[in-house]
Amino acid sequence: MTRYRNLWLFAGVALLFVATGAMLSWNLSLQILNLALLSAIMAVGVNIQWGYAGLFSTGVVGSVALGGLAVVLVSGKPVPAGWEAGGPRVLSALLFAALAVALAVWLYRKLQAGPKRSLALVLFGVIAFFIYRGLLDPAVMAIEANNPSQAGHIGGLGLNSLLAWPFGALLAAGAAWLIGKVALGLRADYLAIATLGIAEIIIAVMRNEDWLDRGVKNLIDIPRPWPVPKEVDLQASPAFLDPMLAMGLDPVTGSSIFVKLIYAGLFGIVLVALIWLTERALNSPWGRTIRAIRDNEISAAAMGKDVKFRHLQIFIIGSAVVGLAGAMMTSMDGQLTPPSYLPLRFTFLIWVMVIVGGSGNNWGAVLGGLLIGWLYLAVEFLGPQAMEYITAGLPSGPVKDHLRESAAHMRLLSLGVVLLLVLRFAPRGLIPEK
Amino acid sequence: MDILNALTAFANFILVPGLAYGSQLALGALGVTLVFGVLRFSNFAHGDTMAFGTAFVIMFTWWFQSMGISFGPLPTALLALPFGIAVTAAFVLGTDRVVYRFYRQQKAKPIILVIVSTGVMFVMNGLVRILIGTSERNFADGERMLLNPQDWKAWTGLAEPLAIKTTAVVSIVVAVLSVALLFWFLQKTRTGKSMRAYSDNEDLALLSGINPDKVVAVTWVLAAALATICGTLYGLDKSFRITVYFGLLMPIFAAAIVGGLGSPLGAIVGGFVIAFSELIITSAWKKIGSYLLPDSWLGDGLYQALSTDYKVAVSFAILIIVLLFKPTGIYGAK
Repeated sequence: MTRYRNLWLFAGVALLFVATGAMLSWNLSLQILNLALLSAIMAVGVNIQWGYAGLFSTGVVGSVALGGLAVVLVSGKPVPAGWEAGGPRVLSALLFAALAVALAVWLYRKLQAGPKRSLALVLFGVIAFFIYRGLLDPAVMAIEANNPSQAGHIGGLGLNSLLAWPFGALLAAGAAWLIGKVALGLRADYLAIATLGIAEIIIAVMRNEDWLDRGVKNLIDIPRPWPVPKEVDLQASPAFLDPMLAMGLDPVTGSSIFVKLIYAGLFGIVLVALIWLTERALNSPWGRTIRAIRDNEISAAAMGKDVKFRHLQIFIIGSAVVGLAGAMMTSMDGQLTPPSYLPLRFTFLIWVMVIVGGSGNNWGAVLGGLLIGWLYLAVEFLGPQAMEYITAGLPSGPVKDHLRESAAHMRLLSLGVVLLLVLRFAPRGLIPEK
Repeated sequence: MDILNALTAFANFILVPGLAYGSQLALGALGVTLVFGVLRFSNFAHGDTMAFGTAFVIMFTWWFQSMGISFGPLPTALLALPFGIAVTAAFVLGTDRVVYRFYRQQKAKPIILVIVSTGVMFVMNGLVRILIGTSERNFADGERMLLNPQDWKAWTGLAEPLAIKTTAVVSIVVAVLSVALLFWFLQKTRTGKSMRAYSDNEDLALLSGINPDKVVAVTWVLAAALATICGTLYGLDKSFRITVYFGLLMPIFAAAIVGGLGSPLGAIVGGFVIAFSELIITSAWKKIGSYLLPDSWLGDGLYQALSTDYKVAVSFAILIIVLLFKPTGIYGAK
């Protein structure tokens, strides 16, 4: 029994999904499964940071959002008029900003330390910022003036959104490099605080820079990745309809389930590949180095290991995995809705998954992702219904409204309680590290 | 050139709001810094402790209002404040007993306590949502304006109005009183001194017979009081909304780190540094400029370096600069 404990745990989680499918609807079950698979990939990423190296980042949601942005840029529909209105000028403004920062760093290293250097650098920064705004603002106005109700942004490249997945990982890795450079090597709390800030800024940019992704006006209708057909096309094609009718299934539900199955297959392939890679990495000399650093930084440093560099490396890899999952999520949703990137949903929920599953163990992270993903989403779908059922006997009024409303909030409370209970009584999680 | 009008506009848009917001941030940062100094971890639940305290202050305010009790021209919430503090302090002491104490006895790494505090944050956030909901709550009553713009214009004859909200002055006065009381407590009383000793060197403090449980309990009560006062003042000045209070974590942490984590004086300085930087960078300077420069020089820009949506970027940028060049902050030693 104990030998097969992990297998039983996974079987139990599988049973939850089967039960949801059999008792409610397979469509819902698959929808939850797909999101749970994505959460499991994010959990693998966070586990790389926390489980392997003990880095606590509160900016997971920022990496997820950057992944989503990558999909918009790579596979969004092109908007030639918008691009022509100011695309190159925006690029030149961004290039100028990068050059100005590089020059500032160079000046800082070249000039002699002292108040004169500080003053010169501040002055340089202010002037460079105004030149940057002077370059950027007219371009932004021009882009946003182009068909604001439907476009008003620079558009994407229109490529297959499978290509956007690695690009999402790359974007998230870039942001992680920047923040890791600054905050790693100091007290561990500082990384947590700095990542909280960078995530808020990333989301603020995505909400407010309409030229980039239409901001809170949301960007819909992002083309699907290559192997996934559209439900409408399936319902019109005889090759799909005939077997459906032969089996006596409703083609509308059938097509929707079929599409979700393809997504589940794609996500499953990515997840399996990731588990294979991470398991190999964890059991390699590299993995042993990382764990040695986690368990005792001082002795690892004394053995000649470059602690700060390894931390930076791990932090970047973990963020890249989360960014990959973020890109996959947006390309499944087919839309980018910046207001939906909530830290509670994408940072702290993922943390609960990792800690419940078993920090330091890749299988644990996956199990936690699937289990907590199911719980959280099933409650999202079923909680209000259950509350509706419970309060059906009550007369309508403020009490009933309050109870129904609090059903949604109970989730946060229970998430916090689960996190605290696991940390206290089973800190090693469901599948402990070997 | 019209220096007086320019100064009035500056006071109206930057100085007065900056002093009020700075006092609020200073109180928040003081709470974070006290917990850090004594318990040695960054308390991520502080933003939601503020929300929790404010939610109770709001409920007591409603209760008082329903009984017809008011505080004259001042907001009723000030009367409700001690009750809100009492409830929050009791809850925070409860979380220490149920949650934090275990890890303290285990001598867990600070980062574990940070994660635990995010768990507490969830619980408090959920409780506040259930208690008072997620919508915006306005609970300021009493006299709205201490100085009416019309009065100012009639009194001085200047073209530019100056408005001072009662809540802004209440913020500053309450903050000054709280800080004075806190510093007197830390410097002069026996318990305060033992707190500082414990924060400086835990082992030495224990050897000299300081009771750690008492120090920790007093710290939590002080942190809860500061959080409730900060949250209430912010809510009176702007409005109460649970998600906004989570967002206040960033400027508050930045303020505490700029001043040096663990240094009460630093937290106050940091609060004002962050508040004024935020206002200077996200305000539109056109109005002030229009009194100092000829119209033809100004053009039609707003002279706003960053839109107000990027407030968080300002505190973040300051945080990064401090972490890069002086990670211990202005007054930090450790």
